[in-house]
Amino acid sequence: MFIRRTLPLLVSAIFGVALIFQFFIPHPASKSFYNMMLDWLIIVSAFTYLIAVQSTVELHITKIKRKVEGWQYSIIVLVSLFVTALLGIFGGAFMPTTLWMKIFHNVKPTDTTPLMYTYLYMQMPMQSTIFSLLAFYMASAAFRSFRARSFDATLLLITAGIVTIGRVPLGEFIYKGLPDVVEWILKYPNMAAQRGILIGVQLGIIATSIKIILGIERKYLGGGK
Amino acid sequence: MKKIFFFILSISLFILIFSQEKPILTFLGEDTPDSIVKNFTIDASDIPNDGGGGIELKWDSPEILKDWFISIIRIDEDGKRVLLTTDIPILSKQVRDVNSEEEPDRVIDSKGYNYWGILSKKFITEELLQILLDTFDFKEGLYSFNDDTFFVLSKTQMVYSKASWFNFLRLAVLISLIIISLTFLYYLNLAKKGKDLYIRKINGLDAVEEAVGRSTEMGKPIMYILGIGYVTDIPTIAGLTILGRVAKKVAEYETKILVPSYDPVVMTTAQEVVKEAFTEAGRPDLYNKNDIMYITQDQFGYAAGVDGMMMREKPGAIFLQGLFFAESLILAETGHSIGAIQISGTTETAQLPFFVAACDYTLIGEEMMAASVYLQKEPMMLGSIAAEDFLKVIIMSILVLGFLLSFLGSGLKIEFFKNLFDILYQALQV
Repeated sequence: MFIRRTLPLLVSAIFGVALIFQFFIPHPASKSFYNMMLDWLIIVSAFTYLIAVQSTVELHITKIKRKVEGWQYSIIVLVSLFVTALLGIFGGAFMPTTLWMKIFHNVKPTDTTPLMYTYLYMQMPMQSTIFSLLAFYMASAAFRSFRARSFDATLLLITAGIVTIGRVPLGEFIYKGLPDVVEWILKYPNMAAQRGILIGVQLGIIATSIKIILGIERKYLGGGK
Repeated sequence: MKKIFFFILSISLFILIFSQEKPILTFLGEDTPDSIVKNFTIDASDIPNDGGGGIELKWDSPEILKDWFISIIRIDEDGKRVLLTTDIPILSKQVRDVNSEEEPDRVIDSKGYNYWGILSKKFITEELLQILLDTFDFKEGLYSFNDDTFFVLSKTQMVYSKASWFNFLRLAVLISLIIISLTFLYYLNLAKKGKDLYIRKINGLDAVEEAVGRSTEMGKPIMYILGIGYVTDIPTIAGLTILGRVAKKVAEYETKILVPSYDPVVMTTAQEVVKEAFTEAGRPDLYNKNDIMYITQDQFGYAAGVDGMMMREKPGAIFLQGLFFAESLILAETGHSIGAIQISGTTETAQLPFFVAACDYTLIGEEMMAASVYLQKEPMMLGSIAAEDFLKVIIMSILVLGFLLSFLGSGLKIEFFKNLFDILYQALQV
């Protein structure tokens, strides 16, 4: 119980308070402490990737074993995972690749490592593909939201219509002052609403942080109240 | 013959290069033609409230020098010279000697420094800079270099950079922090004593049971997406709290919950939360660790993975609770396309319109933070909500006061209110 509950709560409380004090102390000693915390965070994060690999491998091996629908894709996932890892371990991400050159003395550095090649010519195009879907999703979501079924939706439709037209040259062509109207909508009513939400969010963050430091909020420990 | 020719050519070139007269920096005397130039001085002082790594240099800018430039050389107490800046207009009036910690020649805490200012009407050359940095023995006065350039050197007193133990610029933050903390402690204490505190209805959280029930009736699983935040992000912690409640309902209804994760630590925490919730509901046998899985830490890779899972598993209810960015609409629209009931929540204002458009219920900003209180209904938790509301009243009062003072001071030009506004502005400035 002490290891699972009390100790983590103590660690949270002590380091939470220490980092609040750190914010007000500009002395190099305080900065060193903060940098040390960041280093610890990086070290701990590095180990958590082992958990990620273990979870992925376990999940996909189970799928292959049980021959669940689409199990063939799990083979692709596992092969991609290990091939990419091997490319990274033996090929490195950037030049010069010291390990590779230590093993194969006659290999000279080149501009693109195999790992960077997979990143630039496989991963990035796939990322861009998914990101580009956003345009179509925006259109479909806007179509649904802007149907004037209620007063609120009508208001939204009118405002969105003004902002959309005012942001393109056609708006200025129709009425010269339209871009200024759009600017006003974005700068005042829109910004006021956003700031209202942000003030609430920041107070909520402070409240949660205080509850974590005081040990009232314990959900982040996993389970329990 | 050729060899002799090349030999003669080389010798000639050698003689030509080395026989050229090198420009010499000549000291013309301490008197300058203009008294303003002679009286030009630089004041160096430690930058307060820093980590001891900065010195500020200031000087007056007489009208007669408006077309002049200044270059500054720093000399530390060991005699090491470093070029701070070259050819900045005198009109700039100040420069700060601050460098990043990676810079080996940065100003160091408790070390003494002198600064030499070099005034010139033209940009000074690399050659001259090198002479000044390497060999020249400084003496205040007028110098000539390359016939047409004149310099006046002015040295500061030895100045020491000192590290501060408190940043007074953040005093307003400290006072706010103390007020906020005391308010929270006061209301937590009130709640502890059993005072009845009210929390308004949050539709999105009341719909949890409906969503889980509907999904169970349809024989479909529930999907819970925690976004792309880390466990250090407060919205992710709020999402984990709501997950506990949803997972408990899932266990009670004997259905299945899928939690695709972006971060391994969040995944591990989510596994613990779900396991505990299933145990609380008396159904630990239904818990499957592999239902809370890691996807990837690539933003759009994660979106693609979760979208694929939605299309295959066709969940009846989807919860999007946590930190979301550009992938929010990709996830929410896919969820909408499969006809799932969707309950979303995030603190990212840029993503809220997308969620409102694509989801059935949306927890807006602080509602998400309040979810843990709303779901647990513990008196101590309710205390924090009451404290938040009290602080909101204070913030709104300051906003209204600021508006009124600004209107009366700057709008109606009443000096008294303008001064009051300036005082308020200074007090709140960080």
